[in-house]
Amino acid sequence: MKRLKNRYRYPVILLKQLVKTDFKLRYQGSVLGYAWSLLRPLAMFVILYVVFAKFFRLGDAIPSFPIYLLVGIVLWNYFAEVTSNSINSIVGRGDILRKINFPKYVIVLAGSISALINLFLNCLIIILFMLVAGVEISVSILWVPLLLVELFVLSLALSFFLSALFVRFRDVNYIWEVLIQGAFYLTPILYPLSLVPEKYAKLLMLNPVAQIIQDIRHAVVTPKTMTLHSSYNTWLIYLVPLSIIAGCTLLSIKYFRARSKHFAEEV
Amino acid sequence: MIQNTAIKVKNVYKDFKLPHLKKNSFKSMFTGVFDRSQKHKSYEAQHALKDISFDIKKGEFFGIVGRNGSGKSTLLKMIAGIYQPTQGSIKIEGKLVPFIELGVGFNPELTGRENVYLNGALLGFSKKEIDGKYKDIVDFAELERFMDQKLKNYSSGMQVRLAFSMAIRAEADILLVDEVLAVGDADFQRKCFEYFKTLKREKKTVVFVSHSMEAIREYCSRAMLIEKSEILGIGSAESIAQHYVRLFTEDPQDKQKQPQNDNRWGNRVVTIESIDVHLTSSSITITEVIKANESIDSPIAGIRIRNNAGQEITGSNTKIERSNLPDLEKGQKLTLEWRMPNILSDGAYIIDPAIVFADEITVCDWWNEATTFKIMRDRRLPYPIDPGFTVHIKGAKTYG
Repeated sequence: MKRLKNRYRYPVILLKQLVKTDFKLRYQGSVLGYAWSLLRPLAMFVILYVVFAKFFRLGDAIPSFPIYLLVGIVLWNYFAEVTSNSINSIVGRGDILRKINFPKYVIVLAGSISALINLFLNCLIIILFMLVAGVEISVSILWVPLLLVELFVLSLALSFFLSALFVRFRDVNYIWEVLIQGAFYLTPILYPLSLVPEKYAKLLMLNPVAQIIQDIRHAVVTPKTMTLHSSYNTWLIYLVPLSIIAGCTLLSIKYFRARSKHFAEEV
Repeated sequence: MIQNTAIKVKNVYKDFKLPHLKKNSFKSMFTGVFDRSQKHKSYEAQHALKDISFDIKKGEFFGIVGRNGSGKSTLLKMIAGIYQPTQGSIKIEGKLVPFIELGVGFNPELTGRENVYLNGALLGFSKKEIDGKYKDIVDFAELERFMDQKLKNYSSGMQVRLAFSMAIRAEADILLVDEVLAVGDADFQRKCFEYFKTLKREKKTVVFVSHSMEAIREYCSRAMLIEKSEILGIGSAESIAQHYVRLFTEDPQDKQKQPQNDNRWGNRVVTIESIDVHLTSSSITITEVIKANESIDSPIAGIRIRNNAGQEITGSNTKIERSNLPDLEKGQKLTLEWRMPNILSDGAYIIDPAIVFADEITVCDWWNEATTFKIMRDRRLPYPIDPGFTVHIKGAKTYG
């Protein structure tokens, strides 16, 4: 235990300080400061709500559609923000990498954790909204932490991979921008899955992010949400997103560890 | 590893792959697949270090010297673990500071206080530990009033003071120091020297990279000279410092460069063909050959000696010395021999010869830094001239 503590003493100290710095720097110079990290998703939510729920009337079949939409947007934002910001995290710290030897994974982890803290704050806002809107909070909310861990692991794994890849190939950020835009529409965030032909809906649900968003909606907003379980009628199907995540994680860690020795020379 | 060895570097090679065209995008990766010939040549290996082996003992103050680009900073980075050797091994016994520069991670957008905690974390100090040291750090840096200002509003001297004040808190057995003395004013440099003395007293192992032979002689017990990626010598600080100085005087490339630089101007009616310095312990003789490219009435030739800080030490010309040059015919050559007693202090000197018309205004050939020379003495005076004082002490009581 003491050995473990000694080994991780330095990374933990560094991690705390990097997360703090990240928070301090993020909204420096802006008048509303930290409030922006809450205002941004809310503003986005208002726009999408007006367009998709009011104009297109997409969510008529779903009770508490605004909350349903907000949950999706907040979760997706977290995923998109972590992965997109991670790309430049190693290259952006090139000045430090070239002057000091420290565990590189701390940088990526710090970015991921500061976004996670943001996500928690956003979750508090959602809970507030739910109370105002009178959505019943059921016991199934206990599933949420587990699902958030799943999302955290997936985002972190992709972050490790993308940040290490970007050191060598500077096209990564453009490619990821396109991919994440496409994935936004291929994930049931704005539209209920019932609007999608069933065979495609089943395919879309295999995406781990779709699975997580739908499960969380199912747990907190309405049991009418279509989930991976409800579309395949078997729990075994969860092996697909879970093994995607496990595979991503293993490969990413392997790649990152192999490359991290050479970051200082290549950034 | 032998008990008292702190750092053992064995057969270390370091190659950098230098891409011909930086292959950093997917496109070039794919074009490389189709164009095989291009793919093979997409990089060439640059050998930054070749077959480096040496040991540093515990408690040693070890200097690494070498010219720019010789590979010494790369070596230091490999010892710090920032770079990985391509081949060979580096073994470290004891706790090593992981940084090679002051103020790593300093962020201009954060306040002095916040930077202390961030930099402290990089050095391995928890918040609590920094809390305990905070006052000392600030006092030493003399920045009490500025700690809540953003770092970008600090002067560079203030930043260095803060960084240095942080660096000396690092608790380690082995320290790596790369050229810190190059920055900061005299006051700051004195603090550095005091810190080095403390390190020596505490028997810390220090690896010290510097261009200042003075500092190498002063602090290092041993030193190593690296030139063109290879070890040229390891030995006493004095012998390595001398070897290093010789590199500059013997390198033919340096001499070839000099006529090309823009330190030389004039109408070239008379030109300086060559200039040479001969040193003995008692005299300095400068031999100069000049050539008239057109006939000219009695020009004036002069020389000036500067030290390597650019300070003018002495100089003279043929008019002052009342040895006027004759009228010169076109194509005529003269050899001038300037002689002076060797009373210069230890250090490097520059000779600027010049030839002007008899009116003392029109320049025929003015050549700054035509040549350089070194005076090496067994002692150093902090003044430009070392005429060799003698001291007679009178009235001293003798006991016994």
